[in-house]
Amino acid sequence: MCPPARPPTEQEIHGRHGRPITDQDAHDISRVEELSYDLRVHEVMTADVKTATPDMPLAKVLDILRVNRISGLPVVEDEKLIGILSLEDIVRALQKNDLAAHTSQYMTREVVSVASYDSIVAAIRTFTEKQLGRLPVVDENQKLVGMITKGDITRGILVALQKDYKTEEVRRYRASHLFEDIISERTTLVLRYTIKAGDFTQGGKASSHIKRALLRLGADPQITRRCSIAVYEAEMNLIIHTTNGGILKLEVEPHRITMSATDDGPGIADTEMVFQPGYSTATEQVREMGFGAGMGLVNMKRCVDEIKLESTLGKGSKLVMRIFIPDQTVGVSRNGQTYEPSTNH
Amino acid sequence: MNLQQIIDQLTLTVLTEPRDFASITATGGYSSDLLSCVMAGAKKGFIWTTLQAHLNIVAVAALTEVAAVIVTENAQPDAASIAKANQQGVVLLSTPQPTYEVNGKLWELGVRN
Repeated sequence: MCPPARPPTEQEIHGRHGRPITDQDAHDISRVEELSYDLRVHEVMTADVKTATPDMPLAKVLDILRVNRISGLPVVEDEKLIGILSLEDIVRALQKNDLAAHTSQYMTREVVSVASYDSIVAAIRTFTEKQLGRLPVVDENQKLVGMITKGDITRGILVALQKDYKTEEVRRYRASHLFEDIISERTTLVLRYTIKAGDFTQGGKASSHIKRALLRLGADPQITRRCSIAVYEAEMNLIIHTTNGGILKLEVEPHRITMSATDDGPGIADTEMVFQPGYSTATEQVREMGFGAGMGLVNMKRCVDEIKLESTLGKGSKLVMRIFIPDQTVGVSRNGQTYEPSTNH
Repeated sequence: MNLQQIIDQLTLTVLTEPRDFASITATGGYSSDLLSCVMAGAKKGFIWTTLQAHLNIVAVAALTEVAAVIVTENAQPDAASIAKANQQGVVLLSTPQPTYEVNGKLWELGVRN
């Protein structure tokens, strides 16, 4: 019989418990939503379905249910779905000691079904609305073509996600072999982002894209972190300090990563002073948001191996930073020092 | 010290989607309202305590991969910040207590890195 109804657990409500959600998870969650619209009922249903005929005696139906360990059978006449017979119907017959009766006498004629061409989100809705555990699937001519359970949906989504995962693996593999597979005298991958002045809502977006790209390219996590911090500071500087925003550019080569931020104004009066910890020209308003600590360029300098700032008042600034990628020596920069983010201010 | 224990002991409000906080370990802590300092000082798995509640704390938290951000003195991140945090897998917690007290309690709980 059906298990007694119980309130859903915390885990069922919120799902995906057990570990923190990463960017990848967030992507997967929305992918599950996408999949529930993309996947069709016929792709996940069970096609090989046991059926009953209207003139089948209930005792025979009970046999089929028991042998197959299922709780209901669709009733079919001339391939068309005309009803459904569940264990509950059989219990009604049993109470009257009427197991010799025909299926048609006890079956439910108003059958809730889903169409094979529907997206599975339709099936999920029907399951929820009607509180049913399994649904017959019919084609456009009301012909029974399969059955679908919640388990089928879960399995279908998992299979599709598995396919996605493999595709991502392949992509990551391909990306990380980019530089080995393409032979040229100098291969450079250039990522370019336009940063708008004053657009705080987008602050950190380019840096987060860059972080993901570097990880996909197989960059060392330590180097990725250094890059992310440097690029984030440069990105925020373009947002906070420029007149018209600017361009953030990342050039990835097998032996080094070059980051640059270019803008067309207002320019920096003293390019030495900005490297002094605590020196800032940020407005009071910006400081209230937690920027303008006067640590931006200090941070960048600490994260990269080379930094060069050129600026002309009234014309604009160009900041170029480089991180050299050592051969297989993780976390060690070219000058031989192990990178450790400083906590001194 | 895991995040669930910290949430319970400090009676913090969870602003982002619930998850298995018991499986998240706080490896240390960092406090500052200056985002550049946080970029430099906060390490992966740290608890970051701050008065700041605007959208940009989410980007900083995501980039530094801190275990959680505790927004102090009842500062309220807006809906857009919370949505962004959920999207980026950032845990936002809030409390009426000031940063100093929160830090003191975290220290007492053994979060001392």
